[in-house]
Amino acid sequence: MATAQLTVVLKTLADPTRRAVFERIAREGEVAATGLVRGTRVSQPAVSQHLRALREAGLVIERREGRHVHYRIAPKGLAPLIDWLGHHQAFWRERFDNLERLLKESEE
Amino acid sequence: MSRTAIIVEKVLPHSAERIWRALTTQDLIAKWLMPNDFVPKVGHRFDFRTRPMGDWDGVVHCEVLACEPPRLLRYSWKGGSDSGLSKASRLDTDVTWTLTPVDGGTRVRMVHDGFMLPENSTAYEAMNPGWGRVLDRIAGVIAEAG
Repeated sequence: MATAQLTVVLKTLADPTRRAVFERIAREGEVAATGLVRGTRVSQPAVSQHLRALREAGLVIERREGRHVHYRIAPKGLAPLIDWLGHHQAFWRERFDNLERLLKESEE
Repeated sequence: MSRTAIIVEKVLPHSAERIWRALTTQDLIAKWLMPNDFVPKVGHRFDFRTRPMGDWDGVVHCEVLACEPPRLLRYSWKGGSDSGLSKASRLDTDVTWTLTPVDGGTRVRMVHDGFMLPENSTAYEAMNPGWGRVLDRIAGVIAEAG
């Protein structure tokens, strides 16, 4: 389950344009969908598609206000990535302990 | 995206030469890390093999990038499946070991570098108090600019 969610997050962020959209939302706090299209060369439908993918991956949250939809970063959206790093961290801590034990034992 | 590294560092009460042997001798590496066909020679390609887990076949593909006994060892660390969904979680990273003689032993520093995260992942901490705790849990993970 956790692995599946990690894969979804990594896959979703693998697209450079989509990642740029995500990073811009993160930078600005909350952004209207229309504001995301302005000042870029990405079309409205393309932006909508990226926003949908980000929302489905649990990376952004939308808030509707009249005709406008605003987006912000989902609080736990990147948690699978952080956990993934945590697993690697735990892996090295454990192996480092093994190394230490091996050196100690081979001395005796 | 920005590169992030995992760093583990500790002073061990042994000589750099002794630790170097444990880091660069096949049989010894197998005892603390994973079975392997490592040879301490720049350009040598080798694998670490462990039990397959989920989509991952349990193989880490490596190449010796730097080997300066008894102080610096670096190898690439590539893993994960090339097929289907798990392609996205494939690793393209490298591992660097640095040994520095200090009082009472040798400082051993391992840097596993090249994990890619979205820009300013740590900045989310400010926006969401919950993130602080998550990031604390991986205190050893150090984000590097760029």
